Amino acid sequence: MPDTPPLPVNTLPLKERMRIPRVHMPELDPEDRARNFEEVNQGLAAAGAVTEATRCIACAKPGCQTDCPVGVKIKEVMALIYAGDFLAAARKMREDNALPAITGRVCPQESQCEGGCVVGKKGQPVAIGNLERFIADYERENGQLGLPHIAPPTGKSVAIVGSGPAGLSAAGDLVQKGHSVRVFEALHELGGVLVYGIPEFRLPKAIVKEEVDNLRRMGVEFETNVVVGKSVTLDELMRVEGYDAIFVATGAGLPVFLGVPGEHLNGVYSANEFLTRTNLMRAYKFPEFDEPIYDCRDRDVIVVGGGNTAMDAVRTARRLGAKTATLVYRRSEAEMPARAEEVGHAREEGIEFRMLTNPVEFLGDENGWLTGARCVRMELGEPDADGRRRPVPIAGSEFVLPVNVAIIGVGTNANPTVQSSAPDLKTNAKNYIVADPETMRTSKRGVFAGGDIVTGGATVILAMGAGRKAAKAIDEYLAAGEW
Amino acid sequence: MYRIVEARTVGLNIRQFTVKAPRIARKQRPGQFVILRLHQQGERIPLTIKSADPAAGTITIAVQAVGKTTSLLNCLEAGDSILDVVGPLGRHSEIRNYGTAAIVAGSVGTAMALPTAKALKDAGNHVIFIEGARSKEMVVFEDEVRAASHEAYILTDDGSYGEPGLVTKKLDELLAAGRKLDFVLAVGPVPMMRAVAKITAPLGIKTMVSLNSIMVDGTGMCGGCRVLLGNQSKFACVDGPEFDATLVNFEVLMQRNAMYRSQECRSLKAFEQHKREELAALRDGLAAKEKETAQLHARLEMREKDETHGKPEAVHVAEEEKRHA
Repeated sequence: MPDTPPLPVNTLPLKERMRIPRVHMPELDPEDRARNFEEVNQGLAAAGAVTEATRCIACAKPGCQTDCPVGVKIKEVMALIYAGDFLAAARKMREDNALPAITGRVCPQESQCEGGCVVGKKGQPVAIGNLERFIADYERENGQLGLPHIAPPTGKSVAIVGSGPAGLSAAGDLVQKGHSVRVFEALHELGGVLVYGIPEFRLPKAIVKEEVDNLRRMGVEFETNVVVGKSVTLDELMRVEGYDAIFVATGAGLPVFLGVPGEHLNGVYSANEFLTRTNLMRAYKFPEFDEPIYDCRDRDVIVVGGGNTAMDAVRTARRLGAKTATLVYRRSEAEMPARAEEVGHAREEGIEFRMLTNPVEFLGDENGWLTGARCVRMELGEPDADGRRRPVPIAGSEFVLPVNVAIIGVGTNANPTVQSSAPDLKTNAKNYIVADPETMRTSKRGVFAGGDIVTGGATVILAMGAGRKAAKAIDEYLAAGEW
Repeated sequence: MYRIVEARTVGLNIRQFTVKAPRIARKQRPGQFVILRLHQQGERIPLTIKSADPAAGTITIAVQAVGKTTSLLNCLEAGDSILDVVGPLGRHSEIRNYGTAAIVAGSVGTAMALPTAKALKDAGNHVIFIEGARSKEMVVFEDEVRAASHEAYILTDDGSYGEPGLVTKKLDELLAAGRKLDFVLAVGPVPMMRAVAKITAPLGIKTMVSLNSIMVDGTGMCGGCRVLLGNQSKFACVDGPEFDATLVNFEVLMQRNAMYRSQECRSLKAFEQHKREELAALRDGLAAKEKETAQLHARLEMREKDETHGKPEAVHVAEEEKRHA
């Protein structure tokens, strides 16, 4: 080791640290941003990041790390940021998290790392998500990559089906182990839900591209326009193309509709379609981009649902010029699964919240265009299986909401394509792939599965956690060769 | 990037392209389709595969210029490339020996019906092919239609070629003459498919129609292509594109297909004014993409030769890339 001066260590007394207020991240003005697709959060400056990292009290048992689905060594990362060695912090981060610029932006930190932060017990938690984002952005903007070490080639090859968070995360880990990795993607762009689902104003596509390019620099190969199950089967990947193992991470991509009359009317969208048109196909730039979308200007738009997807859709509608953009949710705000920051941002942008309301029918004109939604008011009854109070319709409370565009964001089902072409792949009643929660092994030799295609719709970081777990299991399988 | 190896005009505003797409060529079955995208700002559109040659690794598609994307595509020549082609998508036609099978196709729909007609013939059916077009210039693939059937009838609306009249006239004639049909496949404009279904459904003839609803991803992810079958919603991309004609709500299909009409007109108008620039921009974009891909491949090869394959090298590659950027 060359002689390098030791890094500065945070010697500020704990009480002093706790007294520092959480550094606020600058945001675009709500009035302006509701009319464009620019990123809302503007990121911390270096000085602000160091101050924020000073607030970490370096707990002996860091709750932030146990509450992180991928187990990032947050305490060490915070110390490196405090010391001003942002690249080292990024490198440390990438040991456990292949996509820090992304998770820093989209993780529900309040229920994960920041939820477990001891500083947050009395005041505001350390802004771990903002700092994660900062170091990832810093290395990108400075063109200096903290890429991890790559082991010598093992001669083994792995096919990954799907380039969403689970697939990318597994690819990052497997390539580090020296395996040859190829990721197959059905769409023309890499990133899965990160590019078709999450809007530009929350996660700029350039950032996803950069993270994908980082994996490429680490040696991961990508092939777009391949629908595994249609363009090639799992058996062909193994027998003909010679892959030693496959990781299926195709996600829960199938939209769920409400199943109420009138859902075929023009103007009724699945959130998936509305977001895919705007995000993947850039329909918000029509006619510069060819893909069209309903012209929402001066129109009344509702989005049905209470999760992050619904929140993304309603904020997108606002940016497309909607006169009113309303979130319609059958439970109350307390039950909404959306990330707290997004709810706050949505409110600032003038999104209306119509809670305890559920559409029962869509109404249209003689040409098949949506004109209204017949809704019923709800009240909360007894808690159901997942502990949330069940919404119950109030008899006689029906009313008609004038609506031109209705976007259904109430969840998704398993993407069935891979399963339908591999009868020996065991699935459950809802057609999700059955995989061992520890080894991620499926019923088919050499095939592993993880992420939303196993668990059902969840979060980016949980999918990444599954990807990491699968990578570890695949690495072990490739070394031992035993199923 | 998917190289066009052959391009030719087969009718008025109708072109045929043979495209290098080995994965799709290996897996294609009659009735399946591809989705393609021409350039970085392009939309995704579905097109049925007319034929595939697994040995040559090529697929053939036929395209009628109706909107911006199809008009731009039809400007391309052999040697050009299509940026993205994905498939084969959708369920394939159900091929059985039904007995007598009638294929009713309108103009460019003929291309989509041909592989199914051939397969039905090979399966032992007596195949009757009825091709209709507005006029002589739009009658396409006549030789192939004759080869894929035992009986072929060509009709034009204006009587400029073959028999005058609509395809339904011929269908009515055959039925009136006491011909027993066991299976009908109709592929073409929605009013034509609806008219065919109106004739055959009351007679209890199994009738399938290949639906052309608006799609984005083509893999079941967006639901934009949903069609109403009875009171059930189905996705044309994964549950179709062929459906039992007796169940299809054609009115809803027509309404949904008109959803972006004003935007489509605007796009087409702008394209027609700047055709040359659009085509040049497309070719520039493809050339740039080709260069980028070649560089990436060269880098990968370099890395494979480099035994170290370790951290210093990975960073080196990144730096190298920055320098070239």
